[in-house]
Amino acid sequence: MISLLLIVLTSLFFMGIVVRTKSIASGRKGPGLFQPMKDVIRLWKKGAVYSKTTSFIFQIAPSIYFASIIMAILVIPFGQYKGIVSFDGDFVFFAYVLALGKFFSIIGALDTGSSFEGMGASREALYSMLAEPAFFILMGSFALYTGHTSFHEIFVSLHFGSYISYGLGTLATFVLVMIAMIENSRMPVDDPKTHLELTMVHEVMILDNSGFDLGLILYGTNLKFAMYGALIANFFTGSFSILISILIFLAVQIMFAITVGILESFSARFRMGNNAQFIFTLTSISILIFFGVLLIMGKFV
Amino acid sequence: MKSISIKNNQQISFDSIPVLEYDQFLDYNTSLLHIEDNHCVNYYGIPQQGNVQLICCIANDKNGLINISSAVVTLPAILESFSQYHFAFEKFEREIHENFGIHFINHPWLKPVRYPVNQSDKNNTISNYPFFKIESEELHEVGVGPIHAGIIEPGHFRFICNGEQILHLEIQLGYQHRGIENLFLQKKKLIELHTLAENISGDAVVGHTTAFVNLWETLCNQETGADLHFARTLALEIERVAIHTGDLSGMCTDVGYQLGSAVFGRLRTPVINFFQQWCGNRMAKSLIRAGKTNFPFTADLGVTLINVLDKFEPDFDDMCNETFGSPTVMGRFEKTGLVSNEIGKSIGLVGMAARMTNLNRDIRTSHSYNLYETLAHQPILKHHGDVYSRAQIRREEVKQSLAYIRQLIASIPSENLSRKSLPQPSANVFALSLVEGWRGEICHCAVTNDTGDLLHYKIKDPSFHNWLALALAVRNNEISDFPISNKSFDLSYSGHDL
Repeated sequence: MISLLLIVLTSLFFMGIVVRTKSIASGRKGPGLFQPMKDVIRLWKKGAVYSKTTSFIFQIAPSIYFASIIMAILVIPFGQYKGIVSFDGDFVFFAYVLALGKFFSIIGALDTGSSFEGMGASREALYSMLAEPAFFILMGSFALYTGHTSFHEIFVSLHFGSYISYGLGTLATFVLVMIAMIENSRMPVDDPKTHLELTMVHEVMILDNSGFDLGLILYGTNLKFAMYGALIANFFTGSFSILISILIFLAVQIMFAITVGILESFSARFRMGNNAQFIFTLTSISILIFFGVLLIMGKFV
Repeated sequence: MKSISIKNNQQISFDSIPVLEYDQFLDYNTSLLHIEDNHCVNYYGIPQQGNVQLICCIANDKNGLINISSAVVTLPAILESFSQYHFAFEKFEREIHENFGIHFINHPWLKPVRYPVNQSDKNNTISNYPFFKIESEELHEVGVGPIHAGIIEPGHFRFICNGEQILHLEIQLGYQHRGIENLFLQKKKLIELHTLAENISGDAVVGHTTAFVNLWETLCNQETGADLHFARTLALEIERVAIHTGDLSGMCTDVGYQLGSAVFGRLRTPVINFFQQWCGNRMAKSLIRAGKTNFPFTADLGVTLINVLDKFEPDFDDMCNETFGSPTVMGRFEKTGLVSNEIGKSIGLVGMAARMTNLNRDIRTSHSYNLYETLAHQPILKHHGDVYSRAQIRREEVKQSLAYIRQLIASIPSENLSRKSLPQPSANVFALSLVEGWRGEICHCAVTNDTGDLLHYKIKDPSFHNWLALALAVRNNEISDFPISNKSFDLSYSGHDL
């Protein structure tokens, strides 16, 4: 319960911090921290316009996408406190319930029949597919290390481990930050600010969405960021008392948001053709974690 | 004599242009283009009661002369095309075909150019443009526009792609056509003509207006005052600095490099705002007038401008080093949107786009006008023909222009207070004016009638040639690299469509 509340709380200002960091980095003042959220609320008050070429798929896709993110958040624990749903193998559930949401957003985009949206959908599908092994090798390594297969038990056992587990946690943080950037279609894989349909990945898929639906998708991105932030925070909280844990949680989220802002300020987007290679390097870092775990456990002869 | 040679901004009697048989006309002009120093600055038709007089202007960059020849053809006509011998005539012949219905044999494709109101074939509309098609299961078409994603100007781009790779790009323009050339003939007041020239292309106001006033003063046979030469040269260079900086910002935006986008954008503003202080608006409208100036450049303005530049230059240098030193930016710029020297020559590239393929084409040197003779301008050349070359040319031309501005301001000529009023243009003359705008060579040609009124006015913006270079540059590139290639050329839609 507590993780859901904290994630929702963080999602209210997460994008605000990202946008503000980018503004300050480029010498501008920037909007208030809650401006992105205010934009979402403005969209929620509006009705949606549907193109005549679309079917019901296009209308239900944003809701399913949003629901999938909420479902995924439910399994995320907070330190010693279980998520609302917790069972063995829930990290597999986490990955595939997100994939289900993505599937619907992809077929929703294809449903519009626009040539851009098909292009964006194919890119998004490719990048998600390439990011998947990184996530599973990472979580699989921790499952092997702790002997548990649910988020809650993995994180709880990690906290009672040695300092090496913090080292692995740092590597895992890097992988998770990059996965979050890919899954949320941010730099350096995708440029969320661009106005050019041809270079977009995620933005082009939601070109036809408007009003309430668009609000859901945008807020979904905020939630997703906060959700990955919560996963990262879990590597570092836990054995502390609840108050300190909450402070650590918020500090990790804010640092995560600032990191995203800085990453987006000082680099250009990669050439689309190089993205696949870049995403695949995450898998190799995950494999490094896997070998680290094998080393600690003495599985190497 | 097959042609008459004139200098930039020189008036000749219209009757002194030799009229050749079409075969001779074709032989003469196409053989001229086999020499690398020559390029076609304008080729167009003037309607004359059922006939069309074709005028071809080939400029020689070595000796600074422009060879004018002509041929009269009776309509309807079917002619051998120039394009089969030299591809640089392709667009000009399409335009002549569209305007007069002259059919050219062996022309690759006589597609519409801009759908003018008085075109010969009224069935030719923007909605039935003959797009190039490839029948295939694997390939797909992507149509972009005519509404631009950044809502700048309208143009339709149709890609034929193999996955993410572009095989072919078709650019359909004409949405901005306003009939400017006809308006030049209809409007009789000089102020109206100035306003028209200023609105040919909103980002090259100084370039087009300078071409117009230089031409008008030539038609009137009036010497241009030293202070006017000074103001025009200065304004051209300020415009070049401002637009090049703005383009660098745009290029950074298109690769998602936020720092460059923000900083170059900020740097451009004070430079362009200087026009506001000089003439009351940022676009430099009403600044340049034939035979006079409403906004003399004072010593105070000179001090202000130097202050602006002193603040601009160090930041510009820093930001350039930062941008061109950033691996992620270079990864996007290098080897993107290549145009080879051979292609550049064959399609007759002009201006900045020509210089990035190591093609030495700069009107400031070859056909100098205003004060460029004294500035002894040396064109900046690059060899690779990619987006990076285009970015580097902008960077170095900005630096060069800054030096010119400083050099010019060192001796501001005093305002000529005893200016003669402009006489009527001479009767029955032809004159041609070339100006190197920031984008490239701008060409205005005029012919007057018995009473000294305009009989024909022809405008050619550098974009007219250069759009084709963009279409060729993006072939085999990723489709997601199209926006950066497009911005690196930064061609004008309205300048093309007129």
